[in-house]
Amino acid sequence: MAENEKIKKVSIIISKGSLEGVYPGLIMANGARMEGIETMVFFTFFGLDAIVKKRMNKLKVATVGNPAMHIPTLIGALPGMSAFATSMMKKEMEKLDIPPVDEFIEMIHDAGAKLYACKATVEMFHLTKDDFTEEVDDIINVGTFYELSAGAQIIFT
Amino acid sequence: MATETMNVTFDADGYLADHNEWNEDLARELAREEGIEELTDMHWKVINFMRKDYIENGAVPTIRRLKKAGGIPTKELYSLFPDGPAKKAARIAGLPKPKGCV
Repeated sequence: MAENEKIKKVSIIISKGSLEGVYPGLIMANGARMEGIETMVFFTFFGLDAIVKKRMNKLKVATVGNPAMHIPTLIGALPGMSAFATSMMKKEMEKLDIPPVDEFIEMIHDAGAKLYACKATVEMFHLTKDDFTEEVDDIINVGTFYELSAGAQIIFT
Repeated sequence: MATETMNVTFDADGYLADHNEWNEDLARELAREEGIEELTDMHWKVINFMRKDYIENGAVPTIRRLKKAGGIPTKELYSLFPDGPAKKAARIAGLPKPKGCV
């Protein structure tokens, strides 16, 4: 890629299923479309929770094993801590007009981004197309992911 | 650029420095610069909502707000202002460059 050349296409991989694992990828994807960049999002491993209908709005912030939460691990493990941190974070995001996961996925889809589920993970978790929100374009394997990503910057989150 | 002859000031990002200097003719010129040859009724609906919302709330509305409060479907917004709807529409509406991430 030549220096200072505008990015034309991005391919974003979302591999984590916590709230803080999913949102950065969604914000990057939506932001790419807002800049007129061709965008695809590939959901793999626990990242699939972001497009599974019955899970997508129940994602939680991980309060254990995350030093940047600034609370001791043992406190983070107390019942209700994750729910509390999640509700706090959701409130802050709402203030910034960052939508809940289902609405965000719809927005990114309406913005023209393509959304794909990883075939290997779908099989591993025994999921079917019916488990996914309707905005998902297809279930694809890794080979197809690379084919569709031709010419794109690949971003792993 | 035609806008240079219209006696208005732009900021470093190329957005109108003072939104009070905006008028519909200027919007048509700015739209042409953005590659939109003709502003349709739907374009005007977006532009007018953005200006009203900015004047009332002091912030350029997000794409989400354009949908929820302005009744402009996201898909349609992207087809009206291709390749960067929020920024293009804000520029044509004479508003500053949007600052948020969404």
